[in-house]
Amino acid sequence: MDALWILASTGLWDAVLRIATPLIFGTLGALLCERAGVLNLGIEGIMTFGAMIGWLTVFSGGGLWTGLLVAALCGALFGLLHAALTVPLGLSQHVTGLGITLFAAALSYYIFRLVVPLEASPPTIEAFRPVEIPILAEIPFLGEVIANQTAPTYLALALVAVMGWVLFRTPLGLAIRMTGENPHSAEAQGVNPLVVRTACVMAGSALMGVGGAFLTMSAFNSFFPTMVQGRGWICIALVVFASWRPGWALFGAVLFATFDAYQLRLQSALENTVPYQLFLMAPYLAAIVALAFMARKARVPQALMRPYRRGER
Amino acid sequence: MRIEQRTHRPRALFLLAPVLAVLAALAISGGLIALTGASVLDAYGHILAGALGTRLAITETLTRATPLILTGLAAAVAFRARLWNIGGEGQFFIGAIAVAAVGAELTAGLPAALAIPVLLVVGALGGMVLMVTALGLRLRFNVDEVVTTLLLNFVAILFVSMMIEGPFKDPMAFGWPQSVPVADNATLPRLIERSRLHVGLVIAIALAVAIYLLQARTVFGMRSKAAGFNAPAAAFAGVPLGRTLMMVACLSGGLAGLAGAVQVLGVRGYVTTDLSPGFGYSGIVIAMLANLNPIGVVAAAVFAAVMFIGADGMSRAVGIPSYIADVTVALSLLTMLVALFFTQYRIRR
Amino acid sequence: MAEPVLRLSGISKRFGPVIANEAISLELRRGELLALLGENGAGKTTLMSILFGHYTADAGHIEVEGRPLPPGRPRAAIDAGIGMVHQHFSLADNLTVLENVMTGSEPVWRLRSNRGPARRKLMAIAERFGLRVDPGRRVGDLSVGEQQRVEILKALYNDARILILDEPTAVLTGREAETLYATLRMMAQEGLSLIFISHKLREVMAAADRIVVLRGGRSVAERAPADTSRSDLAELMVGRRIARPQRAPATPGAPVVEARGVSARHAGGTDLHAIDFTLHAGETLGIVGVAGNGQTALARLANGLLAPYRGRLTILGRAVRRPDVGALVRAGVGRIPEDRTREGVIGEFALWENAVLERIDLARFSRRGIVNRAAARRFTQEIIDAFDVRGGGPDHRASLLSGGNMQKLILGRNMIEGPRLLIAAQPTRGLDEGAIAAIHTRLLEARAAGAAVLLISEDLDEVIGLADRIHAIAGGRMSPPVAAEAADARRLGLMMAGDWDEERAADAH
Repeated sequence: MDALWILASTGLWDAVLRIATPLIFGTLGALLCERAGVLNLGIEGIMTFGAMIGWLTVFSGGGLWTGLLVAALCGALFGLLHAALTVPLGLSQHVTGLGITLFAAALSYYIFRLVVPLEASPPTIEAFRPVEIPILAEIPFLGEVIANQTAPTYLALALVAVMGWVLFRTPLGLAIRMTGENPHSAEAQGVNPLVVRTACVMAGSALMGVGGAFLTMSAFNSFFPTMVQGRGWICIALVVFASWRPGWALFGAVLFATFDAYQLRLQSALENTVPYQLFLMAPYLAAIVALAFMARKARVPQALMRPYRRGER
Repeated sequence: MRIEQRTHRPRALFLLAPVLAVLAALAISGGLIALTGASVLDAYGHILAGALGTRLAITETLTRATPLILTGLAAAVAFRARLWNIGGEGQFFIGAIAVAAVGAELTAGLPAALAIPVLLVVGALGGMVLMVTALGLRLRFNVDEVVTTLLLNFVAILFVSMMIEGPFKDPMAFGWPQSVPVADNATLPRLIERSRLHVGLVIAIALAVAIYLLQARTVFGMRSKAAGFNAPAAAFAGVPLGRTLMMVACLSGGLAGLAGAVQVLGVRGYVTTDLSPGFGYSGIVIAMLANLNPIGVVAAAVFAAVMFIGADGMSRAVGIPSYIADVTVALSLLTMLVALFFTQYRIRR
Repeated sequence: MAEPVLRLSGISKRFGPVIANEAISLELRRGELLALLGENGAGKTTLMSILFGHYTADAGHIEVEGRPLPPGRPRAAIDAGIGMVHQHFSLADNLTVLENVMTGSEPVWRLRSNRGPARRKLMAIAERFGLRVDPGRRVGDLSVGEQQRVEILKALYNDARILILDEPTAVLTGREAETLYATLRMMAQEGLSLIFISHKLREVMAAADRIVVLRGGRSVAERAPADTSRSDLAELMVGRRIARPQRAPATPGAPVVEARGVSARHAGGTDLHAIDFTLHAGETLGIVGVAGNGQTALARLANGLLAPYRGRLTILGRAVRRPDVGALVRAGVGRIPEDRTREGVIGEFALWENAVLERIDLARFSRRGIVNRAAARRFTQEIIDAFDVRGGGPDHRASLLSGGNMQKLILGRNMIEGPRLLIAAQPTRGLDEGAIAAIHTRLLEARAAGAAVLLISEDLDEVIGLADRIHAIAGGRMSPPVAAEAADARRLGLMMAGDWDEERAADAH
């Protein structure tokens, strides 16, 4: 009974959007890269760096929004590095992405340790506070769930709509999708695939950085190594689950977060009768199962992971 | 500007590439050290001294290199067949916990000559199971193994955590989550007195040579390379792609699992969740630095071990965080990719 | 005479040591249909890529309607009114017709695409030139002919006044090709100026107003169709007289391959439906058809990569029940793959590895899983000597070979030991006349030595020249055989369109 009762609590649903937010940012970022034809496995490291640098900016006196902006900029810089290696040079997107992840994560820890020596417990910052949306908040249940989040969560939700609009309703989106499907054709119609890919990877990586920053600036209030915990990889899986569509990405992230929030509560409800690790494992296993269901059906961008060189087919 | 394939690829370039890549990575890391105001040469001097300065330091470095050789080989054989096994870390842990499970009691009565080989095989089998699962998902459901192996890393470590807090928990460890130690008869013999260097190093090097021969001289090696270079052509020539990949997956997962087994039997004696400081991930860098050559893996693993061991000492002496070693190793992967690119292409105006 | 709308002067382009274009000058007049004729590698595609801004020329300049065209920018070419229809269509399968056409046509930063007007404009153009197609459909779901229409519409949508078509009939049936040329002529009458690239003499003679012949990167001749002949053009194109070898009468022996009601599924391609044919020792059976009509599935069946799900297929006396390459190779089947660089060789492998990969299981080349490298190298050296493979010894990387030498290596590894059955799928695609003649000689030799040869080709002249009996394949179905003596291009053309029943009915009258 308890197990079902959890589903009716606003606490669960309040947590869902909080847990979903970094996934939404990350998934939208990865989706944008892949729509242009570039797999970005740098995501895990970029989120880690975003988490660290966002926290560090606020910790050293910057504002919360400045922190988010710095995280986005740093994300874009790592994106530029990934793009420089995979787009004009056409290096393996798999290996380069992993290299970016290892590099960005190691650099985050290095910088973090420079600021916070090993002995000290991680210092905290004043994180984003929930903002109540006036009229929506009045709605019973739903209001408490949706209209009582922190500002970055609202930003993430708005971005889903923006991303959907840009990709499917604007000339820019068409150019991006064409680049991901057939860069030769894009080039033949006057769209430079190298520019589109580089820009998309940078913008997508910026979103990943913001997703990471949400962790230290809204979900928690401090940074500690390994805090991203594979969220980046889950985003990569969610992109496939969403079949490269922003709306479905939101649905996937929320579904996933529901699952995560539910297991957290179920865990405390069951009080040690089941090893907690099983609950922690569940999200990763769920991602694998989701992939197994969706991988065959998904309509993959045809030029994903194919480097584009002028005049070469 | 135009990118052109080289018609001629000088051998010297292939040997030079990793050297230049490492130097470039060290130079960039040097910049990061300099930013803190410390002396770069001083820091690198401490790293070298810490890793190679004394007999003990050298044995420590080689001890650290042992699992790295194995995880490096795991990545190299898989990548050669374009099987993206990024799950070395998880396979390492499953190998380790499998050894802990069997080694504490089941093989306790056996003589060392029997117990050790049995446990090494058990560890390898553990890693194999995880990798074969990932490949099975790819062959059956078309799921990219990159993502599944990455996700399975987390599952594997949680599984280990569950085991060492549950059925395999050591009651003598004052409540710390660690497994019951393996019996003494199963400990790998030391290579040098008063050091931690163990036979695992010999096993790892022997395996590197064996895998080199396997790839260069055998039908299986030829087929797995063919599958990696050009799958349609391999299929046309009658190479059974699924079966070949399965064997590669077994080999790759087995090597990573073996790394875990060796680390338990040779160094730790028991399993904790911090048994590996990222051996599986470092293995990927090492494989790429070696340009997937098994003999090169040994050299690349020693380089990584020098950085890791040396950075610990340097950190104590100079106060630069030891994470600088991770930065350098990760950077060397990226610089190696660029260096490899220039062995194959040139840029023309 | 109409004024020139396009003028290329002194265009030169090198790729490393290779001269692709050398001081080529060319004029195109308004309302003209100009053919650019040349062999593969003559520099036609490079020249047009320079015109369209995919490449930048090393020397020379281009004028469109009297104004210089800035080099290296496809957008500039589009804006100047040049449209290009690529041989391998540059379309995105997952996008709709309208999306494919609209890409790049609006300012990128506009907040909303204007789809309504775009759709109306597209429909109007389609109506005007008789290129009907549904703008809302996904391109991947269209037929090849429809996809080409989209490709042409794309150029016209961008207000192209000069249209360049690269080998436009490569994937079309004879009838579709005729329709296409009718459309092109109509466009010329409407005031468009067109260049089409081709190596097919027949088409060039029939359709063009003027013919420019390229050879070895140079422009070597200019002719009006009325003042020239096919043999004249052939000689200009090749540079010397190369006679393809002649076929001697066959002496067929016992059946080697028998297919009775064979159906097979080919994922991602055309399935085969209840095909029947028999191939005897000492004869060549030709299979003609337009690309993508089931040839790939047929070749995969014969090569041991696919098994029928219905019907009976017997190869060398053994029924094929499951795919087994090794069994066929051991039985003496030589296999020449459709796509050399994709399936025939592994570029990163040495020549010797490429030579023995498919026969590595033979006791000569490996024992207990260990490769006998000395034997493999000897085998490879024999092939190199006997088949005149140029470009390196057994230890050289295969990617360094030219297309012709790659094909010789493939031919050599399959033929050096006298195969009992030879499967040749598109054996001369993309090769020059000299190489084609050499390969034809080899195929005839194999037949004379008693091998059964299954020749699957899109080149009608090749099939008529080599085969003893010919089937056509269309939509995964196979026609009854016709004797080579009774086959001509017109009849085969009808058969390739799938009209073999009408054909027989016509004969009966």
